Amino acid sequence: MPSDPIIRAQGLTKTYGEVHAVAGISFDIAAGESFGLLGPNGAGKSTTMRMIGGTLGRSGGHLAVAGLDPEVEGSTVRAHLGVVPQQDNLDEELSVRDNLYIYGRYFGLPRSYLRAKIPELLDFAQLSEKSSAKVDRLSGGMKRRLTIARALINEPRILLLDEPTTGLDPQARHTLWDKLFRLKEVGVTLVVTTHFMDEAEQLCDRLIVIDQGRIKAEGTPRGLIAEHSTREVVEVRFGADRNAQVEPRLRDLAERVEVLPDRLLLYTEDGEAVLEQIAAAGLHPVTSLVRRSSLEDVFLRLTGRSLVD
Amino acid sequence: MTAPMQPSAPRRVRVGARPVLERGLMVSRRSWLVVLSGFFEPLFYLLAMGYGLGGLVGEVTGAQGRPISYAAYIAPALLATSAMNGAVFDSTWNVFFKLRFARLYEAMLQTALGPVDVALGEILMALMRGLLYAMGFMAVAASLGLVTSWWALGMIPVALLIAFGFAALGMAATSYAKSFQQMDIVGFAVLPMFLFSSTLYPVEVFPEVVQWVVKALPLWHGIELMRQLAVGAVSWASAGHTAYFLAMSALGIWLTARRLRALFLR
Repeated sequence: MPSDPIIRAQGLTKTYGEVHAVAGISFDIAAGESFGLLGPNGAGKSTTMRMIGGTLGRSGGHLAVAGLDPEVEGSTVRAHLGVVPQQDNLDEELSVRDNLYIYGRYFGLPRSYLRAKIPELLDFAQLSEKSSAKVDRLSGGMKRRLTIARALINEPRILLLDEPTTGLDPQARHTLWDKLFRLKEVGVTLVVTTHFMDEAEQLCDRLIVIDQGRIKAEGTPRGLIAEHSTREVVEVRFGADRNAQVEPRLRDLAERVEVLPDRLLLYTEDGEAVLEQIAAAGLHPVTSLVRRSSLEDVFLRLTGRSLVD
Repeated sequence: MTAPMQPSAPRRVRVGARPVLERGLMVSRRSWLVVLSGFFEPLFYLLAMGYGLGGLVGEVTGAQGRPISYAAYIAPALLATSAMNGAVFDSTWNVFFKLRFARLYEAMLQTALGPVDVALGEILMALMRGLLYAMGFMAVAASLGLVTSWWALGMIPVALLIAFGFAALGMAATSYAKSFQQMDIVGFAVLPMFLFSSTLYPVEVFPEVVQWVVKALPLWHGIELMRQLAVGAVSWASAGHTAYFLAMSALGIWLTARRLRALFLR
């Protein structure tokens, strides 16, 4: 890494009674990097995010955000972060514009700065025409964009995004991703948690796969796929009761076969060839599909479980 | 667009309670009708009880030992009660909603604001409302000839002090509440205090044990202090009542900040 990491976690732990929500994880995030925490619900992603954000103390390990310990210098660390929480917590009693204004005031920013900054952020979030609207009139995607715009009011070097597109329709997700790309281009460090593989692949330069509070793998999306999966995947369905029954006959056709409740996954370098071999073996799946390997497959490989249950 | 800041050592940030107060004012501009209703409530009590019931009662003994009209007797008590009511409403129901549903404090505490800033800001906001009520009520009471001493000007800051004490403790108590059912306890605590704290008749009508209970409660101290100021009978006892509210305010802020930290900055 060229310079000191902007966020460094070493042996980070969070324990609730007997439960290890985060069980000793270590990672470095470089300035300007887009870093992902990928894992299923309850893996410890949000807990990690809140520890970085200085709103949750840790049970053990070391953590430095811009060189400061968020537990000791909480309000100073928070002053230099932008936070997009999992659930929107916009001020429903105020208009769109006033939400940005008062949030800036919470950082102690002067009115003159905010007067210039707010139109810029409204434009960025494509909410200029809604600036006088009450927040409860906005759609889910608009609220999310406003929450991101709000998080940028103090020009943070680091933006923490907890499940930024959960609950949004595909179009709203793409709009949001576009906004995040632009932030990345100007050098903002993005830390993103997600349980969507496509989101992690789209947004993250590098990511860690977390399950049950532990890091299962670390790398670039492409690197993880190359390391833990094959180039292509064949998905075949034989009907719920037949999938497991057919599996022994397919085992030799691919490098690896996974039996899921509703389908079989065959990992291979050449999907079409495998599909032909299946037909040649006299097996006729109800449906079949050849696709590229994704992070979902990596996750399945590493944990034996699928990412979205 | 957003230019990243140079990776230098972040400067220390202290914001204070002002933005929290500013937010309260922005919101209350939209709800002036609610604010107005709080002003009329003690006024109606004064007219109904002071002049309606007062016609039957006649004159009673005031704080100075001299006879005064029944309306003049209850006016300071109603001012103390209205300060309590305004502060309690703002610091319990309003705070409960912002705490549990609007997630307002969660949002505030992910910024540079600290728990003390949020607690103090919200409590001060409850005071602004108390200040408006107190000034309006005083203007009416004075024009009806119910205040007889320049000391009565002190009733406005004292109304604020009473409101501060109740708001601070009310917000602290609310931070423990998890459901609407638990919030009903607020009404259960406030109404008897209004009825029994010598608001409408002297506390001496009760047996001594009950008197001690009443005198342990905050509203009685507020009412006594108000009555003393209204006729200029200020003594060391007045200082004692003031101290009671100062201690109550300090305890409330300390507890509230502690709870906000526990809830949002564990």
